[in-house]
Amino acid sequence: MGDNKANSRSSSIGEKYIAKSTAIAARLLGGEMMIMSAADSTFFTLNEVATAIWQAADGHTSLADIVTRTICPRFEVDPAQAEADAEQFVTDLATHGILILSEQPITGRQSGDVQGQR
Amino acid sequence: MLSARYAGFLTPAARPNYRFDVELHEPTDEGPPAETSADDDLQVYLDQGLWHFRRGDFAATWNPTMGHGQVHQSANPYAIDSVLRIVHSLILAPAGGMLIHAASAVRDGRAFLFPGVSGAGKTTISRCAPADVALLTDEISFVRHSQDGFVACGTPFAGELANAGENLAAPLDALFFLEKGPENRIEPISSADALRRLMRNILFFAHDQHLVNEVFRSACKLIQEVHVQQLIFQPDSRVWEIIKPIAGVAA
Repeated sequence: MGDNKANSRSSSIGEKYIAKSTAIAARLLGGEMMIMSAADSTFFTLNEVATAIWQAADGHTSLADIVTRTICPRFEVDPAQAEADAEQFVTDLATHGILILSEQPITGRQSGDVQGQR
Repeated sequence: MLSARYAGFLTPAARPNYRFDVELHEPTDEGPPAETSADDDLQVYLDQGLWHFRRGDFAATWNPTMGHGQVHQSANPYAIDSVLRIVHSLILAPAGGMLIHAASAVRDGRAFLFPGVSGAGKTTISRCAPADVALLTDEISFVRHSQDGFVACGTPFAGELANAGENLAAPLDALFFLEKGPENRIEPISSADALRRLMRNILFFAHDQHLVNEVFRSACKLIQEVHVQQLIFQPDSRVWEIIKPIAGVAA
């Protein structure tokens, strides 16, 4: 049962590592991250919480840790709700190829063409 | 037909940078798309240095290195219009410019852009322009970047006005997103909203990672360098009373 539990946890999105795709261009404007997919020109606008997750997506920190360490203390949100929302957001962006999900830490990648804040 | 359509933009004596051979064929049973045809079936891709453009009513290739292209199309003006728009979008992207679904005009030596989807009021505001305003287009604006900033140029790509713009260029002073309302007034909009709305109106057809990045970078630059506001307007000439060059340079 212990093994099963471990397997179940390792396959959940929260335990996965997330990194920005290299096939995007992004810019932070007025606290919102604007992202363009270079693959299909799809345009995304992230709200403040989603932007914080995006910025923390370094490939070395799991989504659960990002929610616990960054999102909950900064935005004073319910941890369970925050994790559920974060998983939904990450799944959506991964579907569009904007974020990369991995069971293992993601190394050797360059982040996308992220430009500075105005 | 093309001579009349592009009359103000023809310079027969000039040595062209790019040359296209156009071959006409009879329309197929599917027929050419209407003028307002969506580009849903449009394909634009690069293969071994050669761009390919395909839609129901045309198939074209363009070699940017050789400066030569070929167009195989039915005898309708919208096909060659589309080919020219695609070519210009590809030329402008790496040079910091773009085609924008927008009306544009020059007043007092400065250019104003009015982006908007169909029905936003591009043709209306063009039609209302007083005599001291030179129209660059009521449909597709051509914006390039020079060492002195963004410049808007006239295009022969007409919308409902059915008239080509004037073949002139001017520094871009302001960009107004159009919204019809009960009175004429200008309102500020956030940079994020400006970029979001601008991206919605940029014409770019190629799914090319490098060029898409360039277009996005140019859009960000434009938002930074040009005054961007919202223009709420009534559909009559009085709106032009508040469209004047904005003092100062920085947006």
